[in-house]
Amino acid sequence: MTQLALVIDLNVCVGCHACVTSCKEWNTSGSAGPLCDDNPYGAGPTGTFFNRVQTYEVGEFPNTETVHFPKSCLHCEDPPCVPVCPTGASYKRDKDGIVLVDYDKCIGCRYCSWACPYGVREIDEHQKVMKKCTLCVDRIYDESLPESERKPACVLACPTSARLFGDVHDPQSEVSIAIREEGGYALMPEWGTKPSNHYLPRRKTRLHIHEDELVRADNPLKKEQREHAAPVDAPTLDDSTSW
Amino acid sequence: MHPAFSVIFLTTLIGVGQGLFLAIFTGQSYSAVELLPSEDSVAFYGTGAMIALGFLVAGLIASVFHLGRPERAWRAASQWRTSWLSREVIALPVLMFLVFLYGVMHFFGWDTVLFTSPTGARLQVTLVVGTLGAIATFALFLCTGMIYAAVKFLQEWASPLTVINYLLLGTMSGFTLATAFASLTAPDLVHFFGVWTTLITLAAFVTRFASLVRNARIKYKSSIQTAIGIRHSQIQQKSMGFMGGSVNTRDFFHHKSPQFLRTVKLLFLLLAFFAPLILLWVGMEQNHSGILLAAFVVQYLGLVAERWFFFAQANHPQNLYYQTV
Ligand code: SF4
Ligand code: SF4
Repeated sequence: MTQLALVIDLNVCVGCHACVTSCKEWNTSGSAGPLCDDNPYGAGPTGTFFNRVQTYEVGEFPNTETVHFPKSCLHCEDPPCVPVCPTGASYKRDKDGIVLVDYDKCIGCRYCSWACPYGVREIDEHQKVMKKCTLCVDRIYDESLPESERKPACVLACPTSARLFGDVHDPQSEVSIAIREEGGYALMPEWGTKPSNHYLPRRKTRLHIHEDELVRADNPLKKEQREHAAPVDAPTLDDSTSW
Repeated sequence: MHPAFSVIFLTTLIGVGQGLFLAIFTGQSYSAVELLPSEDSVAFYGTGAMIALGFLVAGLIASVFHLGRPERAWRAASQWRTSWLSREVIALPVLMFLVFLYGVMHFFGWDTVLFTSPTGARLQVTLVVGTLGAIATFALFLCTGMIYAAVKFLQEWASPLTVINYLLLGTMSGFTLATAFASLTAPDLVHFFGVWTTLITLAAFVTRFASLVRNARIKYKSSIQTAIGIRHSQIQQKSMGFMGGSVNTRDFFHHKSPQFLRTVKLLFLLLAFFAPLILLWVGMEQNHSGILLAAFVVQYLGLVAERWFFFAQANHPQNLYYQTV
C-alpha cells in the first residue's frame, strides 16, 4: 500500500508563506475552477486556501522561540471526515491514500469540516463545495512534467526545503527515514486519526566539549618531554599582539 | 460552533412535527384499547397529522438553506452505511410519507378494522401505519441526535445525552402543541395530553440539565500542545496565517461574549421548561386554548434559544489553531 504524504520540518521552516502562495496559484488555476479570493487587496482579505502558515511563540520572554507552523490536510490514514460525508463526495483513494473531495458530488453541507479536528477543510464560499489539499493530485502524476517537478507545488516552492514529499509506507523513502530518524510526529494523536503528514520537531545542535578534549592527551611533544613551557591558559602571542 | 439558523430551525421544527405526530398517534392507540374516547378522524387525527406534516416540511425547507448545493441533495441518501446525516436524509422523507398517509387515511376514512379482540380492542389499518410512523419518528430522532453525538471531537455533543435530549425536547414541544390542538378540536383529551406534556417536559429538563452539568465539567482532550506537537506550558499563537478571517473563524466560533451565552442559557431554561409548564397549567385550569397555544409558542422560542446554545457551547478542537489574528 502506498500512502503519499508530506513531512514538514519545523526546524527549517522560516514562515515565508511561499508554500501558501504557490499552493493557491497552482490550485486556483486547475480544471476544478478558481479558489475563491475576496478583497485580496482590501481591508478584510479572505478566501479558500489549502495551506496556511501560522506562527506560535513558545516560552516566555526573554526565553522565547518562534515556531512557524504550516498546516494543510494531513491525509489521515483513518480519516474521520470521510465516513460522515452523506454523498460519498469525500473519499480516500486506495491507490495512494490521498483524501479527496469530488466537487461534482459535494452538496456543501459542511459536515466533513466538523468531523476534521484540524480545521483544514474550507468551504469555497462561491462554488459552495468543500475544498482541501489534494496533494496536487493533478500534478504529481502528470507525465508531461519532468520527473523532478512531479511534486506538490508547496514542496517545490519551499526555499528552505522544509517540506518533503513521498510514500510514508515505504520504509526506505526519504519521508519515512526523516520521520524515523529525526523524530517525526503526528498532530493530535489523541483522536486516533493517524495523520499521514508528519512534523519534524525543532532540534538543537549542541556541541559538548570536555576538558580533556581541549588538551591533546596524546601530544607527541609531551611524550618527548618537550612540553610547551607556558600553561594552557596563559596569554599567547596572538593575545599579546591583539592587545 | 457557529449556530446556523437553518440548522436551528430544521432541528426544532422537525422536533415539533415528530412530537405532534407521536402525540396524535398515542391518542389513537389509547382509544383503540378504549382507554380514551375515540376522536373525530378528520378534525383531530387527520388534521393533527397534517399539521405535523407541515412542521416537517417547514424543517425540510429550513435545511435547504444550510446546503451549498441543494440541487444535489438527493445524493445525500447514498452513504447511509456510514453517515448519520445520510440516514437522516432517508428517515425524514420516509416519516413525511407515513405521516401523510396516516393523515390521508383518516381524512378519507380508509380505516378498516383488521380484527377486534374479545375484549373489544380494535386493530385498525391506521394504527398499523401509525406504528410504522412512530418507528420512523424514533429513527429520525436517533439520526438527528447521532449526527451530533457521533462527532467525537465535539466533546460537548459526544454523549448519549445528546440523542436523549433531541428525543425528549422534540417530543415535549409536539405534546405541548397537541394539548393546545386538543383544546380546540378534542376537549376531552386536553388533560390526557397536558399530563403527558408535563411529564415529558420534566424529563427533558432533567436530561438537558444533566448535559449542562456534564458540559460544565468537560476536560478537553486536545490542547495547543497536542495541536502543534510542542511540549511547553507557554505557547501563544501570534498569527493564524491570515487577517480577514476564513471559514475556520466564521463557521466554528459564535463570536459572542460569555455573558451573552449565560443569558441565553437562563433564557432557554426559563422559556423551554418553566414558563410553558405554568402556562400549560393555567391553560388547563381555565380551559383556555389561547393560553395553551401561548405555552407552545413560548416553548418553541425557548427551544430556538436552546438550540442556539447547543451549537454555541460546542468547542471544536480546530479552534486551537485560530486563537488570534
Ligand atoms: S486532516 Fe482532516 S480533512 Fe485531512 S484527512 Fe485528516 S480529518 Fe480529513
Ligand atoms: S460538505 Fe461535501 S464533502 Fe463535506 S460532508 Fe458534505 S457533501 Fe461531503
